[in-house]
Amino acid sequence: MRLTKWLIGEASFYAAVVTLVTFAAFPFYWMLITTFKTDGDLYNLKSNPYWFNAAPTLEHLRYLFNETLFLQWLYNSAIIGVCVVVITLLVALPAGYSLARMSGRGAESLGIGIFLTYLVPPTLLFLPLSRVVSVLGLQDSLWSLVLVYPTFTIPFCTWLFMGFFKSVPREIEEAAIVDGCTAVGAFVKTVLPLSVPGILTVVIFAFTLTMQEFVYALTFISSSDEKPVTLGVATDLVRGDIFYWGELMAAALIASVPVAIAYNLFLDRFISGITGGAVK
Amino acid sequence: MATITTDVMPRRRRPRYLLDRVDVIGPLFIAPAIIYVLVLVALPFFLALYYSVSAFTIFDPSYRFVGFSNFLDVMKSEIFRRTLINTFVFTIGAQVIGLLLGKFAAMLLMKEFPGRGLARALVVLPWAVPVSLATLAWQWMFDSLYSVINWTLVAIGLLNPETHLQWLGQQDLAMLAVTVVHAWRLFPFGVVIFIAGFTSVPKDVLDAATVDGAGFWRRNYQIILPIIAPIVVIALIFGTVFTFTDLSVVYLLTKGGPMNGTQVLGSLAFQVGIMSGDVAHGAVICLFLFPFLLIAVVVFLRALRRREI
Repeated sequence: MRLTKWLIGEASFYAAVVTLVTFAAFPFYWMLITTFKTDGDLYNLKSNPYWFNAAPTLEHLRYLFNETLFLQWLYNSAIIGVCVVVITLLVALPAGYSLARMSGRGAESLGIGIFLTYLVPPTLLFLPLSRVVSVLGLQDSLWSLVLVYPTFTIPFCTWLFMGFFKSVPREIEEAAIVDGCTAVGAFVKTVLPLSVPGILTVVIFAFTLTMQEFVYALTFISSSDEKPVTLGVATDLVRGDIFYWGELMAAALIASVPVAIAYNLFLDRFISGITGGAVK
Repeated sequence: MATITTDVMPRRRRPRYLLDRVDVIGPLFIAPAIIYVLVLVALPFFLALYYSVSAFTIFDPSYRFVGFSNFLDVMKSEIFRRTLINTFVFTIGAQVIGLLLGKFAAMLLMKEFPGRGLARALVVLPWAVPVSLATLAWQWMFDSLYSVINWTLVAIGLLNPETHLQWLGQQDLAMLAVTVVHAWRLFPFGVVIFIAGFTSVPKDVLDAATVDGAGFWRRNYQIILPIIAPIVVIALIFGTVFTFTDLSVVYLLTKGGPMNGTQVLGSLAFQVGIMSGDVAHGAVICLFLFPFLLIAVVVFLRALRRREI
């Protein structure tokens, strides 16, 4: 009697977990299976769509890499990501340190103020920014995104850095200063080496944030060869009214995998950042 | 010997002296961040304010002042009213589904079981993957002819094979579709927030309550919820802001259609301001987001303060 009750409990628990995971991950299974199906198999109303009814094919991948700008888009995304990460580090690293070491309510308000700009959505600013971008002559160029993306990476990363630096004891720098370092020297020589994990987290996050952005890219860039991968796949693999689903899903899958892995690895730090260090 | 010291010291001391002063370094270090934000967030915002009271279009870039007539035009428009309602339905719907699913999933994933790490990684996917790519998969799943959802519904006998549900082609279904897709995207965020919250509840408090006879629901709503409330509020605000201002999901799935049936503020502003080039009216539509953002910020700050106490 007890055993049956236990079995029912376990079974319903696992059923709930499986349902949940299916809901979350099914679209990715769908990308995967679509990537390797032949067109004849994909566009057949009679056959079971969940599994292969014809031999799997690499044709969609071949087409994607040889006949489309997919590699160019990946390359563009990488350029944008790397440049934005560099700008973000240069600006947010000293800002986070400054906020961590400044005392008083002013510093705290300033920190919160900078963080709040992370809440300002692209939807509010894409119209004026598209004018700014075209005045600067950056329209249709990926450099417009390199310019604009730091507006959301800097606030968030400054906030993350502030948290990291607060956890580094002040005494370490003071010791370095007593030993003859300048305050800046002490920061570079003692605090930075201790913050490598924090810096790594910020690098990953700034990069994934640039990968996830869509609105600014859609607004600023219309030439195919300047697009980042998230935009190019969504807009340029559709010819006229015809969707090339095999290629589309292959492209979406390939571009998603690295972002998903990076995100999962650094998730906990991201959460403690977003809750303002509420959870340690 | 004496000449060397007098020669070298003054040259080296001054910059050292400046770099030693915390009151100099502090502002110097934070200035670039503030300038970046001012130039590329605050300035565009004021530009948007200005566009909203001018007659600016990309075909006639004049900054002629027209007062509040743009606002009146927008508020009088039937499409705009429809859009406003859609935006609220979309936001509230996605939030409620996302939160409920998030809490439920977090409670499941709190338990130790084999494969928990993998389950968590898979559940987080919708939030981690770039929105435009994930939405493409849904677009394919909602395909008018080869929709796997329809196929499944027919296969388990819930749907007559003759009726082809047009998930993105009928107004009510399309609204349901964009809301569910956004909730799908959002709920993993709820999951991780709730897990973080649950782990922060001290075990002894729970044990004490159990000893005192508090049941499952009582523990849930009178002990756990008040403790994790500030974090949940912060998460809720992020979720609400991201949903309320979203344009990617709607743009990619339906472009606001059919017949503006799924138009939300973001997608309408894009259509008016970018596609039709009417920057002034587009700016007005965007500015309707602002009061809600302001409320969100106020609630956020209060939650942040409560957390510190």
